[in-house]
Amino acid sequence: MAIWLTKDSKVIVQGMTGSEGSKHTRRMLAAGTAVVGGTNPRKAGQTVDFDGTPLPVFATVADAMRETGADVTVIFVPPQFTKAAVIEAIDAGIGLAVVITEGIPVHDTAAFWAHNVAKGERTRIVGPNCPGVASPGASNAGIIPADITGAGRIGLVSKSGTLTYQMMYELRDIGFSTCVGIGGDPIIGTTHIDALKAFQDDPDTDAIVMIGEIGGDAEERAAEFIKANVTKPVVGYIAGFTAPPGKTMGHAGAIISGSSGTAEAKKAALEAVGVRVGKTPSETARLMREIMSAA
Amino acid sequence: MMRRGDWTGRAIVDLYEYQGRDLFERHGLPVLAGGVATTPEEARAIAERLGGRVVVKAQVKVGGRGKAGGVKLADGPDEAAARSADILGMDIKGHTVHKVMITQTASIAEEYYLSFLLDRANRTFLCIASVAGGMDIEQVAAETPDKVAKVAIDATVGVNDAKAREIVAAAGFPEEVRDQVETIAVQLWQAFVAEDATLVEVNPLARTTEGTVLCLDAKITLDGNATFRHPEFEALVDQATVDPLEQRAKEKDLNYVKLDGQVGIIGNGAGLVMSTLDVVAYAGERHGGVKPANFLDIGGGASAAVMANGLEIVLSDPDVKSIFVNVFGGITACDEVANGIVQALALLEQRGEEVTRPLVVRLDGNNAEAGRAILDGAANPLVQRVDTMDGAAERAAELAAAGV
Repeated sequence: MAIWLTKDSKVIVQGMTGSEGSKHTRRMLAAGTAVVGGTNPRKAGQTVDFDGTPLPVFATVADAMRETGADVTVIFVPPQFTKAAVIEAIDAGIGLAVVITEGIPVHDTAAFWAHNVAKGERTRIVGPNCPGVASPGASNAGIIPADITGAGRIGLVSKSGTLTYQMMYELRDIGFSTCVGIGGDPIIGTTHIDALKAFQDDPDTDAIVMIGEIGGDAEERAAEFIKANVTKPVVGYIAGFTAPPGKTMGHAGAIISGSSGTAEAKKAALEAVGVRVGKTPSETARLMREIMSAA
Repeated sequence: MMRRGDWTGRAIVDLYEYQGRDLFERHGLPVLAGGVATTPEEARAIAERLGGRVVVKAQVKVGGRGKAGGVKLADGPDEAAARSADILGMDIKGHTVHKVMITQTASIAEEYYLSFLLDRANRTFLCIASVAGGMDIEQVAAETPDKVAKVAIDATVGVNDAKAREIVAAAGFPEEVRDQVETIAVQLWQAFVAEDATLVEVNPLARTTEGTVLCLDAKITLDGNATFRHPEFEALVDQATVDPLEQRAKEKDLNYVKLDGQVGIIGNGAGLVMSTLDVVAYAGERHGGVKPANFLDIGGGASAAVMANGLEIVLSDPDVKSIFVNVFGGITACDEVANGIVQALALLEQRGEEVTRPLVVRLDGNNAEAGRAILDGAANPLVQRVDTMDGAAERAAELAAAGV
């Protein structure tokens, strides 16, 4: 097993007929993902061939779910249309919506998240502006390259795309249960904490790598969560120790967040709850390797 | 000014006070009449139009301008022109004053605080309100948090009259200003949404001695991601304060930030590039304290043209003594990146650029072996290939230290 995405997941692609959507549909299929169709209201009823795999195009997510039993959607539509696409997926009651699109106004993300909350959070939203979710060897929903690593027992959650790939590569000899790229936008549907909770509950994950970046206080909140709820070993990496601090406007940000948002503050918060934090990706991988070889 | 949010390349537009005042006025919020001037003559004309006593305020995006002499009262047009002449061109904490705002004056009885902003932790918006406004608001929040009300806003409902009453009650606004503040809260929220802002802050929100509540300052941040529905955002970007190299990079769609070191950095993906800065800085500690010279994320593609543009920008920085190209091939294949580097160097030669500073290249991931073979085959004496991120950072730092 893995978290959220397994070999049994049936995946549709919103924006499958667009350039990014079709490119990555092909890649997801090549990785063994059960992609069962896509949506585009103007091309409903057509069939698109992906290297010998014909996939039906539906008008709506609800149609696609009814006809194919899809339980996961990967969203590649342009930012102007993403809010409507996510709300459509939520209204259809799909279990997992992975929003790859970047450049979405934060008011749109706040609106679709509030809509999801109003509907009882039936849909797990990952992203926006994220590389997606990959359960190596089982299924791949998004743009994470499938050939970096195979299946294993490490769970990975990260704000950053290429840094995720780097860490998967460093630990490819051990392998991963699921890798989750949560995205770096100010409002995201799935947080470090959501992924930590799922990995803690997943019998096929033995240890967790958490990758953060400077800014905000998500890592500090994750540290509090780990202290109270996570018994599996967690190794952390924070990028941006040497980046100059960003300037903040006005007083409001300082009033709501007690944290300075620096890499140093995040490292200290994680170490205070027993998380070992690497200074570099390679040192982080070394720390994880020590944990996995001791187990 | 356009700045980056959390180094992800997301554009954020901070407004000047006068732009904020104009925006508030357009949305019906109570502000003092005023205008913006770039010359003493313009300042005089504005003061004539306003009549009476005015205040001349330096327009800079940095705190402490009052203490630096950037805010002056003026009795009439002549004095307004004279004070503007004093303030225009002044340097306030490294920011040159190019504009002054001239407004009417107000006699302030009390200072309050009101803002709407993103609440990342709760994935929604938040109102912060306090009757203890003014410059010490952060101290008030830290020392007496019960004086600062925080009210969550449901993005689908927004701020209606009931929510405005809740805000006003939570912050304990005095009876005589409640109606006015409720109206302002609703209007401020409407401006926040309509303008795709991520922050609107009024500090002070002032009660005058006549009992009128006015927005006396405006801190506004707009979401660059919403430019597709707000084409006017482009015009709000303040070209004057953007670093010239950063400006050139922006024109080429590159996410570049100038730093003050000697090792030029080019990589793909904001997180990996940020991590590269760290690894180079650590290596620099062993090599005479050299540091990263820049942050440059060339994104996913890394074609020859993009690589050439990136190299050209980094090489334009005379402080750069060596360059570290750190690419992890995810979707992008490393053989394409390697071809990109080889072609980029040829392209730069064609453009008449003399490339004399060494490049250390690390390629890993998708098709790394083929990419490395291409670099080896090209045998450019300036290009050194190192297979690990740590090893390549070490080499780049060493070369930079030798070139200093």
